[in-house]
Parts: sequence; C-alpha cells; structure tokens
Amino acid sequence: MKSAWQLAAPFAPVSAAIVAAALLFALFLLVQGAAPLQALELVIQGAFGSAFAWQNTLSRAAPIMLTALCVALPARAGLVIIGGEGALALGALAAAMVPVVGAGWPAYPVLALMALAGFAAGGAWMALVAWLRHARGMNETISSLLLAYIGIALFNFLVEGALRDPASLNKPSTPPIGELYAIGPMPGFDVHWGLAWGLVVCALAWLVMRHTVFGFSVGVAGGNPRAAQMAGLPVGMLLIASCFLGGGCAGLAGMLEVAAVHGSANASLLAGYGYAGILVSFASRHHPLGIIAGAILVGGIGASGSLLQRRLDLPDAATLVLQGTLFLALLAFETLNRKGLRRV
Amino acid sequence: MSQSNRPFNRRDALRMLGAGGAAAAAQMLPFGIGNVLAAGKLTVGVLYVGPRDDFGYNQAQAQAAAIIKQMPGVKVVEEEKVPETVAVQKSIEAMINQDGASLIFATSFGYFDPHVLKMAAKYPNVRFAHCGGLWTQGKHPANVASYFGYIDECEYLDGMAAAAASKTKKLGFIAAKPIPQVLRNINAFLLGARAVDPKATVRVIFTGDWALPVKEAEAANSLIDQGVDVLTCHVDSPKVVVQIAERRGIYSCGYHASQAALAPKGYLTGAEWDWQTPYTSLVKAAMEGKPMVNFLRGGLKEGFVKPSAFGPAVSAEARAKSTAVKDKMVKGEFVIFKGPLNDNTGKVAIASGVSHAQQDPVLEDMKYLVDGVIGQV
Repeated sequence: MKSAWQLAAPFAPVSAAIVAAALLFALFLLVQGAAPLQALELVIQGAFGSAFAWQNTLSRAAPIMLTALCVALPARAGLVIIGGEGALALGALAAAMVPVVGAGWPAYPVLALMALAGFAAGGAWMALVAWLRHARGMNETISSLLLAYIGIALFNFLVEGALRDPASLNKPSTPPIGELYAIGPMPGFDVHWGLAWGLVVCALAWLVMRHTVFGFSVGVAGGNPRAAQMAGLPVGMLLIASCFLGGGCAGLAGMLEVAAVHGSANASLLAGYGYAGILVSFASRHHPLGIIAGAILVGGIGASGSLLQRRLDLPDAATLVLQGTLFLALLAFETLNRKGLRRV
Repeated sequence: MSQSNRPFNRRDALRMLGAGGAAAAAQMLPFGIGNVLAAGKLTVGVLYVGPRDDFGYNQAQAQAAAIIKQMPGVKVVEEEKVPETVAVQKSIEAMINQDGASLIFATSFGYFDPHVLKMAAKYPNVRFAHCGGLWTQGKHPANVASYFGYIDECEYLDGMAAAAASKTKKLGFIAAKPIPQVLRNINAFLLGARAVDPKATVRVIFTGDWALPVKEAEAANSLIDQGVDVLTCHVDSPKVVVQIAERRGIYSCGYHASQAALAPKGYLTGAEWDWQTPYTSLVKAAMEGKPMVNFLRGGLKEGFVKPSAFGPAVSAEARAKSTAVKDKMVKGEFVIFKGPLNDNTGKVAIASGVSHAQQDPVLEDMKYLVDGVIGQV
C-alpha cells in the first residue's frame, strides 16, 4: 500500500504551479491597477463557476484535444511536430468535399466518410514530415511548420478558387454541407459532439501508445532509434505511422470544425487550434490523458478571459498573460519535481 | 522528449478537473431565464474580431460603442479578439446569460453565418446587429439586423485627392482578398482618380488575409519602389501601410478610421465609417421596444460613412473639386458605377447607358477590376 503522501505527491507540482500562477497574475493585475481578488474570482467563475461556464469551457477545449495529439503522438517517437494547423486545414477541406460529392447519401455513412477523409488528409500531410525526416534527414520541426504554411496557402487557394461556392460572396467558402450532415450538440448539454470525439480519441491514443506492442515500439524508436533498429524494429515505418496518426487527429479536428461549427470550409476555421495544441501537449508532457486536462485549462482560460474583459474592461492581452504565467509555472514546477523532489 | 520520468497521468487530470467541478455542482442552476428588461435599461454586448485600438476596422466599431455608452440607461459590455469560431457563440451566450445583454453587435463579417444565425434562432428575444451581412427577408431570423455603409463614395473622393497630389500618377492599393466589397473600393478609388487625371493608374497587391502586417509592409515598400507615390489599402488595420508611406515620404489615404495622427505630413484624406448612426438607431429601437429594422444601409447622405479631414498636402483646388462631388453625393445625385466601363482585361463591365445606383444589388457581386487598375482578381 502506498502512503497518502506517495499518492498525493504527483499532484503537488500541479497544485503549486496553479497557486504560483495565481499569485503572479494577481501581482500583474495589481501593477495594472485592477482588483486582483475580484479578477481571480472571475477567472474561476467564468471557466468553471456554473453549468454554462463548463459548457463554454468545454466547447473551446474540444478541438484542442485533437490538435494536441498531433504533437503528442509523434513526440512518443521522439519527433517535435509543430505544424498541426496545416493538417487541420487540409483535413477540414477534405471533409468538406465529401458531402459535395456524396450529396443525397444518408447521414451516417457520409459523416463516417468525412471523418475518414479528414483523418487521411491530415495524416498524409504529417506522414510527409516523418518521411522527409527519415528518408532525407530533414529536421521535422522546421519542415512541419513550413508544411503548415504551405497547407494553409493551399487551403486558401482552393477555398478562394476551384472549390469556392459561387454564392459565398464576401466570405469565400466551400459549398455548405447542409443540415443533414451537420453534427449537433450532445443531448442535455450544449456542447457539440466534437467534445465526445476528442475525449474518445484521447483515450484511444492513450491505450494504443501505452498499452499495445505498437505503442511500445514507437516509444522505443523514439527513445533510442539506433537500439530500436538493432532490435529489428522498422523505425522509419514507426515514425511515419506516429506522424500519420497525429496528423490524422488534427485532420479530424478540422472535420469536426466543418461538421459541428462552420458548416463549410473557410478561413474562419484556421483560428490557431493547431498552435494551441503545441502548448497543451508540452504542458501535459505529451500524455494523451493529461492533454484532456490541459485542453480544458486552455478552454477555461478562454472562457474566463471573456468574462474578465466584460466585467473588468481588461484587454484581451490580460488573458494571454494569465495563460502564459500558468503554463510557464506548470512547466517550471514539473521540471523542479523531476530534478529536485525526486531525489528526496 | 516523450519519455518523461513522471508522466502526467489520470490522477493529474482528475485533480485539475476537481476544483472547478465542485464549484459547478453547487451552482447547477438553469440559466438564460428571467432575462427581463427593466424599463429604460439596456445592456448591449459588442464583439470585435481584433483589438479595439487597431487604428482600423475594430477601432471604428469601438468608437461607435463608446458613443452609445454615453446614452442614458445603456450599459455596454465588450469583448475583443474573438475568433470566428465557436468562441463567438459562447461569448454571445455569456453576454446574454452572465451580463443580461439583450442587444448584441457582432461586428466581424465572418460572425454572421453560422454564429449569429444560430444564436438568433436560440435567443429569439435578443436582438442581433451584424456588420456587413446581407440580411434577407424570409431566409434570416427577424431578430437580426445587418448594417453596412457605401464606403466606395469615400473611396472615390480619396481617389480624387490622390490623383491630384500624385506626381507619378501611379497610385497603390494594398488589399486583403479579391472579394466584391474590396474590388468595389479599389474600382471606386480608380474612378475617382481618373475623374481628376485620366492617365492615373492604380496598382493592386492582394495580401491574402485581413491582418498580415509583415506582408502589408512588404507590399507597401514594393509599390513605393515601383514609383507609386500615394498608397491606400483595404485591410483590417491600415496602420502599417500609412506609417510606411509617411516614413518613405509619400502620400497616403486612410481607411476604416482616421490614421491622420500616424502621418501628419502625407495623410491626404481617408474613408471612415461613421457607425454611430446605425448603432444609435438600433439602441433606440431596442429601448423603445420598436420592431427591429433588419436592413440598414447608407452612405455619406445617411451618415454611415465620412471622409477624413483633408491633410496639409491637399491643394485648395483639389479640396474644392472633391467637396463639389461630395455635395452631389450627399444630395444623392452622383453615380459612381455607370457605363461605358471596361474591366482591365478589355471586357465590357458595364454597358453604355447602364447606371448602377448605390443600392443596386449588382454591385454587391462585383468580380472585376476596372480598366486602369493594374492587378489580377
């Protein structure tokens, strides 16, 4: 049996980080001439203080869970991927094209095809990064970021050109997918089904990466590629597979944005979810279940930032300060935990 | 990277959720009910896509919000930098549920479909005002209004001032996307310039998005290097373009709001929104419980747009010419888009004898650049 202290120990750094971030943010507000206690109360109230606040938070968190996996899954294979936004864009575009081709087909097969198309497009884009790394020795961090720019440019080029709905005058978009293929809110809870998809995919990612031979092999390849090769593991394929799965998750996030929020593919859905995913994945140390909590934290900060602006007339930048302090504190205390407390 | 000694686990996740969960359970109350207006009181929510002090699109809206704030009984809650995602819906709902707002100004074009339409259907007792959308009877909810201005009138006046000030007769236009609203502004600018000097040309660079300061700076420098000596733009914040024009010693015309403070020497004039007109009329209607006017449009005459005050570089002659046309526009006697007019590929854009008045829906679907504009859609 573990003692109470041993059970509580893993949470200590997280709690300490939250307290430290709250103190730093309060100090910042004090310097800015805002009321720190009232502001901190609003942060809690805006993010988690009511059923509505929870719906607000979770709606904002849903897509970030999936884009964070685009960082976390390749990270297991030792790759630092930061180009999830490109995979999201192309996944969204591929998904939005399915109802155009399959107009009139029943809803569920079309939705399944949309999800597959989104997953495959995003996955292929990121698999390209892994292939460049493995076959050509190209740094995956740089190439994933550059491919994200190319992916977004391709997205804009097609949405404003060949795939544009002529009726979308001042907001170039692909043709609307229509009510039949739209994903609605979950019953009794005003958050779209994308949240459930995000939770399920995170859980699946955890199972695959931590409890299967495949996941173990990816971990070995990431930990020491040479040893993995000596052990007879197909390192190249493992890198490509992990990037494909990660990119697929970001592509799925794009598909959900199309089906549950926007109803077509257009530039509005490129709102930085891919980049927010980087933050969440690193802060949760690339753990698929930790990502759920990290995404909820980012969603919560978004929701409470909204309330801070409205009640205290603070600029949006104050929200960024809060987010920055919190994640810096999380990373700092986690490092402390590994380097300092562990030796005790 | 992936192999941390102490990975984040389930318990960490639960720990982080726990704190807020307890608070939520205590307050699991129905929301969105009892949203009753006290007589003579109104809470207005305003959402901006960018920062409120951007010297451009958002600032023009924020200036109107500041004016309705002064109206007795009106409380304004504002939120800036709301991306065109589900965040729009949630922020609108938060304004309704947490602040009791019953009139929402959704100021970004991209907020309309699907966000404003969804919220308007969900909250039929709340009024929604959207900037730029084409509200259509029978298709869109009755509690939604769209307001917009015929700012091409000011663009035409800008073009006149630009051509008068220019020595090279090469004018530059930095635009975000080749969509009808933007093309209409570019074309009006060229037509105004040609009214003063038939040899004037306008070089266009499309940056691809609404807020790309680095690309806007590159475009500005590249146009100036090509001999352009008056710059204007249609992007969310003209700040960068106007500043670079001033630094390189050429003239500029502003957009959205006044950027005169950024270019005291070279700022000629500008095309500004005057949103206080639709804002005050929508607020008054809401306070008096009058039915919503769903479609608000206007130009100089109706007070939806206004030109910036002339800068020092505009000659007395140019001022007189521009003012004469402005007076005609205010009287409703001036038509900008009339035939014969060719596009810049040589095709007929508007046939001889055809004239499109401001309200003509044909203009909302503009897909061409007129002859004299150097650039491609």
